[in-house]
Amino acid sequence: MYKMSKNVQLTAIILMIVGAVGLIYSFVDTPSSVEEVKEMLANDHHGDEANTANAANADHVDDHDSHAEHVLTQLKNKPWTAIYTSSLFFFLLALGAFAFYAIQHASQAGWSPVLFRVMEGVSHYMLPGAVILIVIFIFSALNMNHLFIWMDPEIVANDSIISAKTGYLNIPFFFIRALIYIGGWILLSRVIINNSRKLDNNPDIRLHKKNFKLSAIFLVFFIVTESMMSWDWIMSIDTHWFSTLFGWYVFASMFVAGITAIALITIYLKKLGYMEFVNDSHIHDLAKFMFGMSIFWTYLWFSQFLLIWYSNIPEEIVYYAARIQDYKIPFFGMVAINFLFPLLILMNSDFKRINWIIVFSGITILVGHYLNFYVMIAPGTVGESWSIGIPEISSVLLIAGLFIFVVFNALGKVNLLPKNNPFLKESKNYHY
Amino acid sequence: MASKVLQAIYTDDDILMEAVKSVRANKYHIEEVYTPFPVHGLDKAMGLKETRLAITAFLYGIVGLVVATAMMNFIMIEDWPQNIGGKPSFSFIENMPSFVPIMFELTVFFAAHLMVITFYMRSKLWPFKKAENPDLRTTDDRFLMEISVNEKNHKELTDLVYNSGATEIKLKDN
Repeated sequence: MYKMSKNVQLTAIILMIVGAVGLIYSFVDTPSSVEEVKEMLANDHHGDEANTANAANADHVDDHDSHAEHVLTQLKNKPWTAIYTSSLFFFLLALGAFAFYAIQHASQAGWSPVLFRVMEGVSHYMLPGAVILIVIFIFSALNMNHLFIWMDPEIVANDSIISAKTGYLNIPFFFIRALIYIGGWILLSRVIINNSRKLDNNPDIRLHKKNFKLSAIFLVFFIVTESMMSWDWIMSIDTHWFSTLFGWYVFASMFVAGITAIALITIYLKKLGYMEFVNDSHIHDLAKFMFGMSIFWTYLWFSQFLLIWYSNIPEEIVYYAARIQDYKIPFFGMVAINFLFPLLILMNSDFKRINWIIVFSGITILVGHYLNFYVMIAPGTVGESWSIGIPEISSVLLIAGLFIFVVFNALGKVNLLPKNNPFLKESKNYHY
Repeated sequence: MASKVLQAIYTDDDILMEAVKSVRANKYHIEEVYTPFPVHGLDKAMGLKETRLAITAFLYGIVGLVVATAMMNFIMIEDWPQNIGGKPSFSFIENMPSFVPIMFELTVFFAAHLMVITFYMRSKLWPFKKAENPDLRTTDDRFLMEISVNEKNHKELTDLVYNSGATEIKLKDN
């Protein structure tokens, strides 16, 4: 039986401490007044300043003032964006892993029961992840940050497009919806996981059948609420803009990230000798899902991009204009990482059985999908003042540390091989 | 008795698999196995070389991609420049997103069709081709294993095949 080792525990705690220190530093380090920002901008544009000095006039000074104020709000948002992006990414990763797990139950899959405990372990992060998100939302609602501009009554009053949307985008309804999504996901996931654990001591087929039904119910609930969640938590940041396949797009990203996390943790535990019953064919299947879902993500990314690019309607194209102008490297870079890389590396059938290749491509897929979330969120909150610096990296470390701690702690409490699942023998003998 | 084959008929795919393994373990050469349906793992048990069809599919896909790119460049950019999506840039790279569906489809088209044609050619299948099964029942419910034999070993091979569960054993001129 696996117990969280001292090394994992220590790594997780160090990650959390380093991340927390970095995040606190970046909150303290944000400029607090327009003067500070002006000074920063002046330092940055020293060369420009000398050239345009002659053109200085009243208008120009005015421009500078409003620009500096604009940059100030963006910089104040920067650490918030960083922590929100990584919190959301890891929470949705855990949710994606659970959706994958529910699909195994609903489809009565024969290959996967030996991996159930790992999938359940990853989904355990949903509860702490959701609490962090709710805390960030409360800070947003109290106007402590400007992640969601529609939460600011002053902006809404002066913006006819947003005021027309207040029937849906208002703070009380936002929280009610968030609680319904999170409550439904966590409740159903806990019941399903508990049933699966009860099966260990109680060989009752009814528990298995119950999980089949509950998983089907979860999947229906999930695909509707996931779509709405993506509008609420991500799409509403660019409040004017909307896309009808955004829910699927976010789903593909979280799904591939969740499957990748399952594959990486399985390989790690197998390497330590705790999962001897997992064979090459199981790893091969997970890698196939990583490959397939990466292609699926690209398909949705491109579908969204092509229609907007082709029709060239200003209120739609503004979304991609902001990304291509200010986020060229992460925007196109993540497409390369999330598409070309898995396509070329994981296409070969033999490579899907080689652990180090899966670990290597898995880590790049996780980085790529983190960047995907960053490019979905940051242009609407920090705009052109973005950079991947201390706030972003320390938020990822903080949340990754918490994720590792919660997941391995959950894995250490159960037998890694489920018992009494009717498909267990098929899964153990699974051979591709 | 220079070139003769021993034909053993089985009624079950699991028994056939065991028989194939035991014949191979005794270092006899299996010429061919005829089955009414694909038997999972038979290719590995017979020691057949891995198929290279996947590699040809990849190469055909690249051919399709190149053909699509060249075709769209000629049709939409060079021969009759088109104003695509209200953005008259007349450059291939700037209009590339609108060609991606065609590039994708032709990649799939070339890979799929040429792979099927390659498969037919490789397995020597063409219209009006006469069937090669030595026994018609292999299209219904019987499994047939063909092993090459010579004067010295046909006795012991017959015993081996008999013990492996064959229901019929025949010696045939090739």
